[in-house]
Amino acid sequence: MTAKQSRGLGSVSEIAASVRSGEVSARSVLDKALQRVGELEGDLHCFNEVTTEKATADADAVDRMVASGADPGPLAGVPIALKDNLCTEGIPTTCSSRILAGWRPPYDATAVARLRIAGAVLVGKTNLDEFAMGSSTENSAFGPTRNPWDPTCVPGGSSGGSAAAVASGMVPLAFGTDTGGSIRQPASLCGVVGVKPTYGVVSRYGLIAFASSLDQIGPFAATVADAALGLEVVAGHDPMDSTSLDRPAPSILASLGDGVSGLRVGIVEDFLSDVSPECSAAVAAAGEALAAGGAKVEHVAIPEVLLGLPAYYVIAPAEASSNLSRYDGVRYGLRVDGPDVETMNARTRGEGFGAEVKRRIMIGTYALSAGYYDAYYGQAQKARTLLIRAFETAYRTFDVLLTPTTPSVAFPFGSKVDDPIEMYLCDLCSIPSNLAGHPAVTVPFALSPEGLPVGVQVLAPALGEALMMRVAASLEQAAPPGARGPVTP
Amino acid sequence: MSAGGTPGAGGTLSDEGTVTAYETVVGLEVHCELATTTKLFCGCRNAFGQEPNTNVCPVCLGLPGSLPVVNRRAVELALRIGTALNCRAQRSIFHRKNYFYPDMPKDYQISQYDEPINIDGWLELPDGSRVGIERAHMEEDTGKTTHVGGGGRIHEAGHSLVDYNRAGVPLVEIVSRPDIRSASQARAYVTELRSILVATGASDGRMEEGSLRVDANVSIRPAGSLEYGTRCEVKNLNSLRSLQRAIDYEVARQTALLETGERVAQETRHWNEAGGTTHALRSKEEANDYRYFPEPDLVPLVPDAELLAAAAAGVGSMPAERRRLLEQLVSGDSKAPIPARGDSSTDQVVTVVDLGLDELVAGAVAAGADPRLALARTANEAAASPEAARSLDRLAFAALLKMESSGQLSATQSKEVLAELIARGGDPAQIAARLGYEQMDAVALEAIVDDVIAANPEEWERFRDGDEKVAQFLLGQVMRATKGKANGKTVAALFAARRDA
Amino acid sequence: MCPRIREPGGRAAVSEPERLISPDEVRHVARLARLALDDDEVDRYAVQLSAILEHVDAVRRLDTAGVPPTAHPLPVDNVLRPDTEAPSLHRATVLAQAPAVEDDRFRVPRIMGEAP
Repeated sequence: MTAKQSRGLGSVSEIAASVRSGEVSARSVLDKALQRVGELEGDLHCFNEVTTEKATADADAVDRMVASGADPGPLAGVPIALKDNLCTEGIPTTCSSRILAGWRPPYDATAVARLRIAGAVLVGKTNLDEFAMGSSTENSAFGPTRNPWDPTCVPGGSSGGSAAAVASGMVPLAFGTDTGGSIRQPASLCGVVGVKPTYGVVSRYGLIAFASSLDQIGPFAATVADAALGLEVVAGHDPMDSTSLDRPAPSILASLGDGVSGLRVGIVEDFLSDVSPECSAAVAAAGEALAAGGAKVEHVAIPEVLLGLPAYYVIAPAEASSNLSRYDGVRYGLRVDGPDVETMNARTRGEGFGAEVKRRIMIGTYALSAGYYDAYYGQAQKARTLLIRAFETAYRTFDVLLTPTTPSVAFPFGSKVDDPIEMYLCDLCSIPSNLAGHPAVTVPFALSPEGLPVGVQVLAPALGEALMMRVAASLEQAAPPGARGPVTP
Repeated sequence: MSAGGTPGAGGTLSDEGTVTAYETVVGLEVHCELATTTKLFCGCRNAFGQEPNTNVCPVCLGLPGSLPVVNRRAVELALRIGTALNCRAQRSIFHRKNYFYPDMPKDYQISQYDEPINIDGWLELPDGSRVGIERAHMEEDTGKTTHVGGGGRIHEAGHSLVDYNRAGVPLVEIVSRPDIRSASQARAYVTELRSILVATGASDGRMEEGSLRVDANVSIRPAGSLEYGTRCEVKNLNSLRSLQRAIDYEVARQTALLETGERVAQETRHWNEAGGTTHALRSKEEANDYRYFPEPDLVPLVPDAELLAAAAAGVGSMPAERRRLLEQLVSGDSKAPIPARGDSSTDQVVTVVDLGLDELVAGAVAAGADPRLALARTANEAAASPEAARSLDRLAFAALLKMESSGQLSATQSKEVLAELIARGGDPAQIAARLGYEQMDAVALEAIVDDVIAANPEEWERFRDGDEKVAQFLLGQVMRATKGKANGKTVAALFAARRDA
Repeated sequence: MCPRIREPGGRAAVSEPERLISPDEVRHVARLARLALDDDEVDRYAVQLSAILEHVDAVRRLDTAGVPPTAHPLPVDNVLRPDTEAPSLHRATVLAQAPAVEDDRFRVPRIMGEAP
């Protein structure tokens, strides 16, 4: 591994402060970002589309606001990247699928609109596993993204492009989506912070759905504080999303530095024998660091977490099979003609979807079909209840839980993509939070013997963002600085 | 007793009066568009007749990333319908009904499945019979497809065109129990249901505009049997007449099959209005498996106090109750039994309630008008312009009716004044004067009566001998001479007085 | 390092890919989902889907007596909006990216089946 530590563009809060004060122009910050993109994008392929024109217009608008004395927003001039399954008005949003190649949404996702109002500058739409289904970004129809720490390895997925864009210092802040770990797993594999909020804290309006009861939007950043800033901007009630919680954005930054003294931390043992030695070692070390900070750290057994993977691989494909029905060649996107509409639908979807998407649609359709609903979908929803109850019990004794983020560090291209089960196992530690609707964060904490980043995961009960991020901040301070990005490949 | 079916030992009477060995069993599914301002899940207007694809947004077009949010008013109206149909309201959730069809923007329909908002109700028909209501649930409407080429029929078409304006319009689907026993009862059911839906304000009930759609499930079974026969679903029923004709046709078709030893195939059939027949639709490769599962983008609906209060606010009095009240008003203290169907009095009651004119009658009666006359004039004359009649001044109407009752005005004259009152309002006495309908001078009238007697001696003799028919002739002569101004009763009394003198 | 799914209690799941879903069932499911597959794909997916079903079998065998299903992680109900108009899209926008348009409507090839 030859990646070198890099300062990148600086932190989100630093950039915003200097742009707001007029010390630095948004345009000059953007120019630096685009320069870095220019240098590295050819090797890494983080982006499906670099939106140079739009970014320039956005940056100029911020500079005009600053000049006129108006408030340009808390993310003024901060270059950001958005996963290409978040609707951006007039800008192609493809989900890295042939079936949506070139499709331009006529509207912005709510989260996107909030970032725009906050003064953020959109550098581009990042690559993902097609329709967010995968853990390596190898399922993209437009080619994979490479891990900045080791370009022979995957960045993780499905939000591989966003993770790599932050990890390589192209942008200080990016957003992805997390259904079974698709923010946290790539964040861990790329040595950056990734957050999945409580289900309902960030609006899903404009998030192209994969699994509706599991999907959430969340930030990637080099530091916990920057990720918290990003999350606070997009979070909060949205009347356009019926599943959005009727409360304002959580307040995280205020208590970020409060430390962990007196907090009760539970290390979930049930994952530890199923992950690589460096991953379990990192968790143990993290536990020690928190204890040193004054937390009370113990092991806890929550065997129900192991129900997560099988339940998820019924529920998520089932919801996805329905969510993806609309891609039928009638109203937008790819159409492959046929003598009748039924044939046209089938050919369009046959050619437009990749193999992993088709597998999940079929498993989902099967699980919902007549005669199988009770045995699969019905049972999986009950398994979900058992898992939620088990977490409730655990949180009577503990404030937060500590686990590995992923079973392994970044793996070489092609090593898992031909075996679906192998790939699904990457989500082992991340899935339970999605099923429970709980928040989770990954913090880069160690390096493997090969020099690849290892993250550790902090879990909290619903609406426990502030507490969870406080613990994450503590871990971040205890971690060796070499364990986190940005890096230059 | 419902017309068209008299369950008895061994035989049923069809509407045509022929004895068959089979009983007709019909269940009806009625889809009703709700009269909300906006669609069920988005803020697009809920309006008929817009230019194609001008009334859509990311949500009702099902664009990637869009999400549904339930319209509060639609829930209130759905609960109102349930209340009006005596249903139980319950906690409900939405389900996705998954199938591919070009008029479906998401290729699934958001509907309700095994936890619907209203269950277990009933509807009472004017003749007193009851039809059970299994459920009345909420769902979204689809877009509209037109088929190009091949005479506009789907099978011969070369291609099709889709307009999504209607996609997302809120519907309530009302499913009856299979309690209906004849085509005419089915018609009466839809008529009464429509009347209820309009009365609650939940729908404008326009079958011809598609805001009320009916599908019929028709089967037959040996009279006396408790098991159900194989049923066929009949679609494309665009009017009450089609509904009735189609059921009669289906019953005859199924009867003929069974009588020749064949079985009725369970299938969906399409009513052909021009030919007066049903035909089976092209069979699909396989039956649809809708793979229902709870809609993850929506949360449950709980009929809380606020929703139920808003629902109850519009229910008021349902047609059956209003008919009862009106009949009571008209019968008064008389213990005369409720007239059987077909009697002109009952038809008047049904007409008046259906047009929302019962309050007019009640108002006139309260102001002293004769109830039967008030009912008759409303049902027969005011009904011609129901909207204007609804705002007719009750006191003026009552005054007019009293003028007629007392003989001041003839029936003909009264109708003329009423038409004027409805069209332009005013005072009945002044209108009568203006039209020249003042009371005829009594002396002048007697003189005319005497003239007529003198001019028609033979007829007068026959009248004196008791010939009733000639009385009409003599009356007609007086009417001619007075140019219709004479009051028929007064004239009859004058003739009678001269005969008896 | 490839962790195997463990069921609670520590037993490792069986790893032989039994044929839990046949090629005919794959064809049926593909038809329901409107996915055109050739014969090679059908066979390949039958093997892969069987493996997936094997791995989720733990869910099927779970004792869930008396356990209610969770459709939503949120215990919320009655999220409703007022019956007020919001702007619709311009028709030009609606039709701009349509694969085929005729008479301001979306054009599709002939429809073989009736609407349910």
